[in-house]
Amino acid sequence: MPDLHAAPVAPTAEERVSVASNWTLVWWRFRKHRLAVASALVLLGLYAVVLCPDFFSTQDPEATDARLAFIPVQRVRLFDGWSPRPWVPGIIGKRNPITLRMEWRLDETRKVPVHLFASGYPYRLLGLVPLRVHLLGAAPGAGAGVHLLGTDRLGRDQWSRLAHGTQTSMTIGLTAVTLSVVFGVLLGGISGYVGGLPDLIIQRVIELLQSLPTIPIWLALTAALPRDWSPLRVFFAITVILSLVGWTTLGREVRGRFLSLREEDYVLAAELAGASRGRIIVRHMVPNFLSHIIATSTLAIPAMIINETALSFLGLGIRPPAISWGVLLQEAQNIQTLALAPWLLVPGLVVIVSVLAFNLVGDGLRDAADPYGN
Amino acid sequence: MEPVLSVRDLRVHFVLDEGLVRAVDGVSFDVAPGQVVGIVGESGCGKSVTMRAILQIVEPPGRVVGGRMLFRGDGAEAVDLARLDPRGAAMRAIRGAEIALIPQEPMAAFSPVHTVGDQVVEALRLHQRKWRPTGPALSSADARQMTVELFRDVGISMPGERVDAYAWQLSGGLRQRAMIAMALSCRPRLLIADEPTTAIDVTTQAQVLNLLRELQRRRGTAIVFITHDLGVIAQMAHHVVVMYLGRVVEQGPVDDIFHAPKHPYTRALLRSIPSLLATPQSPLPTIAGSIPHPLGRPPGCAFHPRCPEVIAGVCDRQAPALKVVEREQSAACFLYHRDEAEP
Amino acid sequence: MTRFVLKRLLLLPLLLLVFSVTVFAIMQAPPGDFLTTYVATLASSGSSITAEQVAALRHEYGLDQPIWVQYLKWMQNLLTGHLGLSLEYQRPNAELIGERLALTLVLALLAFVFTWVVAIPAGIYSATHPRSALDYVFTVLNYIGVATPNFMLALVLMWGAFAYLGVSITGLFSSEFVEAPWSGARVLDLLAHIWLPAVVLGVAGTARLTRIMRANLLDELHKPYVTTARAKGLSEWRLVLRYPARLALNPLVSTIGWYLPLLFSGSLIVATVMNLPNIGPLLLRALINQDMYLAGAILLIYCFLTVLGTLISDILLAWLDPRIRVDGA
Repeated sequence: MPDLHAAPVAPTAEERVSVASNWTLVWWRFRKHRLAVASALVLLGLYAVVLCPDFFSTQDPEATDARLAFIPVQRVRLFDGWSPRPWVPGIIGKRNPITLRMEWRLDETRKVPVHLFASGYPYRLLGLVPLRVHLLGAAPGAGAGVHLLGTDRLGRDQWSRLAHGTQTSMTIGLTAVTLSVVFGVLLGGISGYVGGLPDLIIQRVIELLQSLPTIPIWLALTAALPRDWSPLRVFFAITVILSLVGWTTLGREVRGRFLSLREEDYVLAAELAGASRGRIIVRHMVPNFLSHIIATSTLAIPAMIINETALSFLGLGIRPPAISWGVLLQEAQNIQTLALAPWLLVPGLVVIVSVLAFNLVGDGLRDAADPYGN
Repeated sequence: MEPVLSVRDLRVHFVLDEGLVRAVDGVSFDVAPGQVVGIVGESGCGKSVTMRAILQIVEPPGRVVGGRMLFRGDGAEAVDLARLDPRGAAMRAIRGAEIALIPQEPMAAFSPVHTVGDQVVEALRLHQRKWRPTGPALSSADARQMTVELFRDVGISMPGERVDAYAWQLSGGLRQRAMIAMALSCRPRLLIADEPTTAIDVTTQAQVLNLLRELQRRRGTAIVFITHDLGVIAQMAHHVVVMYLGRVVEQGPVDDIFHAPKHPYTRALLRSIPSLLATPQSPLPTIAGSIPHPLGRPPGCAFHPRCPEVIAGVCDRQAPALKVVEREQSAACFLYHRDEAEP
Repeated sequence: MTRFVLKRLLLLPLLLLVFSVTVFAIMQAPPGDFLTTYVATLASSGSSITAEQVAALRHEYGLDQPIWVQYLKWMQNLLTGHLGLSLEYQRPNAELIGERLALTLVLALLAFVFTWVVAIPAGIYSATHPRSALDYVFTVLNYIGVATPNFMLALVLMWGAFAYLGVSITGLFSSEFVEAPWSGARVLDLLAHIWLPAVVLGVAGTARLTRIMRANLLDELHKPYVTTARAKGLSEWRLVLRYPARLALNPLVSTIGWYLPLLFSGSLIVATVMNLPNIGPLLLRALINQDMYLAGAILLIYCFLTVLGTLISDILLAWLDPRIRVDGA
């Protein structure tokens, strides 16, 4: 009985694998995780907002108008009848005679047309190019604003504020992790490659930092920041504070890798061939754990984002007028307000989605980076 | 005498993402009471999977898909193990009590967080109704005392202290002795030894083998002895089954297999044993080529790409069946029944 | 084992010493000393204070002495139980902290119990039934649980309860029990309130621990000792619980080392959002009002709890794992 399971197909695939570079392999394996790829797209979208939040905004995020407080979400309808003309329902306000508060109602009959690439408030693209064009906006002469995610108690447009908050929060996550990676690789590398006394000291410092109660200490440190600092200085101070503990995990990991890689034959071979220490580290050792570092750092970003959000939420992180997700969520602290304006919770949803996306991408990368995985 | 175990046309398949692996593909052999049957073959030939199939502990994605495994307990009717629910009570009453296992690595085969004594006591108490159908339940103190006796029986010195030791506190030889004590604790009719000496050093190996042989003689337990070491087989087995890629290629009494091997694979295996009589400095004979990937099984006789006596146009087209070649010896090779091959 | 624990215990004072210096340094970080703030507070509330009085206070707190004397004085006061007087509350700090500390511990421990009671069975089920429908459900819940900051979860629950059920789920006591002395009824009232914050606090950790348990058990399930146990004739459930689950528990016990401290300090945020009488909100207010002696005392308590959590995990691990217990003896 002839067996049809002969294997002429397998070798070609094997050959393809055997000549592929490490990064190609990582990419092939990463591609297989559909959720991770989808999450990577979500993150790309968020970072597009980070690059230019003003373009995605519909209103000036700082513009307050107490008369327009707590306007509800105006959901975009794509079709007007059968024609593809996007619009949002208009709003009708009535003052409650008892609470003296404006109460808003959506009016489906008053259609406010929405245009793509509409003209709006002026801003500078990347701080350089003066522009007025925005992704979305009310059609000229509509006579009303568009509040895609409603407004807060000061009548500020939440959609636009969310775009700006995204810029701050996502940047903090990335910079804090970058700082952690720099510290972690540097100190972990020294610890692992040099050994001896530096190793001992660095290890004790890591142990000490890791046994500190993170949240209270962060709070104390941020509370100690002078009140008169500019938002930018506060931003960098918080980044440094967050990475103060963040680098320890990476430092440990890098040290472990160095310790095991130091024993590898190819490192010995490079040493015997007379390669300098720096060259050995950069050319032979780092490429071996770079993919791991990238995966670990991706998984560290969400923790940074959650921590920044929590600190700002408690009023000790990013301070208004700067906007971050945590600052936005401060508006949601009061339950009575929240019952009135539940859309103030939306920034929290964005936090969850971004953290989820980072975790999924990180898991995908970690699996893909493992050369002995399936 | 009726065999303790007769395996007929056993098939175990693994459904993997990459395809179907026929790890055991129609294996048949008998184990007579008190007899030691050695199963030999290179790694990946399916001998360990066969052993797991007999105990019905093949792990997913593997599954016994066909064949029969008739097992006869003491004076009882034969049971077809292949038809029992692997998780059912009937199969569990046989496992450990009627058919016991001596695993490959005694270190990893004991739980590191339970004392070895505990693990033997567990077996004793679990199957106590088999050898003690009536009476009060076995107390843990009695079970412990029995374990001490068992340890003494397998030649463990200071058994009273050793029962309270953890596996990683014992030497390799002691660990394997403890394992043997556990396997024998419920007086099984059949013992499956899965390369029991590969993980221990050579001097201890001999002691463990001697112990096994002696216990086997004294108790009359039948043993299925799985190994890739032909030297061990020559010492231990009465009957030998040679496997290659999930199939039996040759089987027969140990003397016939060693002195008059029929299948080219068996001959090649025997030739590759280093010999003291060989010319010094001469290269060690090896089998040409390497074992094919389980998914890329060659058509026809699976051994034909490596076979020195391959018959072109025959061996690469059809798979030979296992046929009697001489008295009790049978082989699956067209060299002996060329007439079976279709034109 | 005893030596192992002793070694850890001996390390404790050393760590606390380092922590106290760190905390003291942080306390000194804000510009000006706390008397400046105090005087400003008094001034803003209308009462003035003479220069002599300030000098007297300065002397009493040792603020006119070198920094290391100040530190020693602070430590001496801490060790003798004098946590100082809260500037804002004008009550002894020890009194302020006392009951809140107990509630902090109860809350964290309940969250911990919740985590383990849920995570271990869920992890065992997922590992023994990989790719089953329930395994997927657990996986999805785990990802969401890890991604949701606990204050966000608290907010959503509070909003949901208020907007749809008309109930307020803040605080740890019903209004009639807030100021009441301890009694059986008050304990029951506490239990009726505390479970929700405990769950909120424990959700993210539960998600993480379920994933760890699942991964650990999946690794253990394919080890040879499982085959041995199976070949012995044990039933599948008994087998899993007695051997691989028991071994998968060891790495889980080592998570206590970071999880318990995380619960202690994580409760700060949940307690602030849900308005729980916990040391967390107290620290927050102390920090905002620059009441540095109170903040310092609470920070040190947090440090102590963190070290305690690690210590508990080390001891438990040694007790559970004979490989450590026997070697360390």
